[in-house]
Amino acid sequence: MSFSTKSIMPLTLENISYLAGHKKLLKNISCQFEAGNRYVILGPNGAGKSLLLRMCHGLIQPSEGQVRWHDTSRKDAAKYQAMVSQRTVMLRRSAYGNIDFALKARNIHKSARPDIIDRVIKRTGLGRVINEPARVLSLGEQQRLAIARAWALSPQVLFLDEPTASLDPPATHAIEELIQEISAEGTTVIMTSHDLGQSKRLATDAIFMFRGHLKEMAPAEQFFTQPTNDLAQAFINGELIWWQRRPDSDQAQATCTTLETEK
Amino acid sequence: MNDIWEALLKAVSLVLTLDTDLLEIVGLSLQLSLTAVGISLLIGLPLAALLALTKFPGRKILIVATNVFMGLPPVVVGLIVYVILSRSGPLGVLGLLFTPTAMVIAQVILVIPIVTAISRQVLEDYHQEYDELLTSLGVSKMRRISALLWDARFALTTAGLAGFGRAASEVGAVMIVGGNIDHLTRVMTTAIALESRKGDLVMALALGIVLITLALGINLAAYLITETAKRRYAA
Repeated sequence: MSFSTKSIMPLTLENISYLAGHKKLLKNISCQFEAGNRYVILGPNGAGKSLLLRMCHGLIQPSEGQVRWHDTSRKDAAKYQAMVSQRTVMLRRSAYGNIDFALKARNIHKSARPDIIDRVIKRTGLGRVINEPARVLSLGEQQRLAIARAWALSPQVLFLDEPTASLDPPATHAIEELIQEISAEGTTVIMTSHDLGQSKRLATDAIFMFRGHLKEMAPAEQFFTQPTNDLAQAFINGELIWWQRRPDSDQAQATCTTLETEK
Repeated sequence: MNDIWEALLKAVSLVLTLDTDLLEIVGLSLQLSLTAVGISLLIGLPLAALLALTKFPGRKILIVATNVFMGLPPVVVGLIVYVILSRSGPLGVLGLLFTPTAMVIAQVILVIPIVTAISRQVLEDYHQEYDELLTSLGVSKMRRISALLWDARFALTTAGLAGFGRAASEVGAVMIVGGNIDHLTRVMTTAIALESRKGDLVMALALGIVLITLALGINLAAYLITETAKRRYAA
């Protein structure tokens, strides 16, 4: 997969907040995502993981603060990104038609599309179902198709929102392998997960969120062995942290360690 | 009772032998109703897409209006079109009253709200489901609309069939603006009204059989289309 020479990374969040009505769902988050890493955003339900992901991708706008791409406007940067959502949305077309549509949306010429589709179909092992209607495929196949559809776009950044949330272990394994492969091609992966095991397997960097705050961001090895935040520590130990603190005692400023990964 | 049975048998034979008078009336009915549905789709689908996909002042009012207009009494629509097209009316100079064109106009007014309201609901539901994906892919507005229309084609066909059912079975409006003139503006519903009043039950029943078959056929087609779409696309 070829990338254009222009890089939209790093992605910088500058003190962003998100308000829904009077409720602040993301609170003063600042951090930076570097090219080529695999970021896993962790945290309990309702921590704001998906919101943060969707905000990075530009599906929602921050109420305060800024989402900044390197040397690129948000509109231009969107062309170099792709997203796979938690509940896959398949068009009422064949598996092939779904990928073709995505490529057409990015103005890839008709003559170039079959080769690209062929390649991602092979690599995701969907050859058998290529002409089947996408919506009658199994959940695992639909999720692989969603990844194939995103992969076909050769994104610089791939966002994945709980990509294995409703899958069984073999299907989960297949998806994780695909994520590794896409990452190996140089694509930055930013994903959410509440599965600790999966995070350990995939992450080069971990981000821990709790009630709209970014509590910790650190290289995976450091995060999983000696997290500095006490909530992150409890989360890693498998404790039911969301019962342990009241919201009013939870005003600590979000932390963000600078990232230096050995990639 | 025997008379009725006799009439019914004769009616069936009229249908089976493809009586020319019967065919002429049925043909005109189909031609007018299909034209009306075609025009209504051309106006109603873009309007439905506009209402489903965009936000503008007055949108809610238009949505309520299309829903309310679905229940327009045909006789009143006929009366309004009659007044507008009559010699002394604003469009009287066109001389359209008591012509098939006038009947199509009345039917279009009756069918547009049905086509628009059903299509808007369908497109809105589909759009709600697709919105984030289409935004993520950076799909342009025009392509968004064409993609939704294509993916919703089965559901939209059902909207067209509902409109056709309304146009073909309606009697009040076409009677007033068409005048039920033999060989010119006589359609199935107006002919049934006339013949039954005259006591000519044979022709009335024969047309009734065709109309009922048509109505049942439309509903069957709508059902089959929906089932096929479900099976093929899990739509």
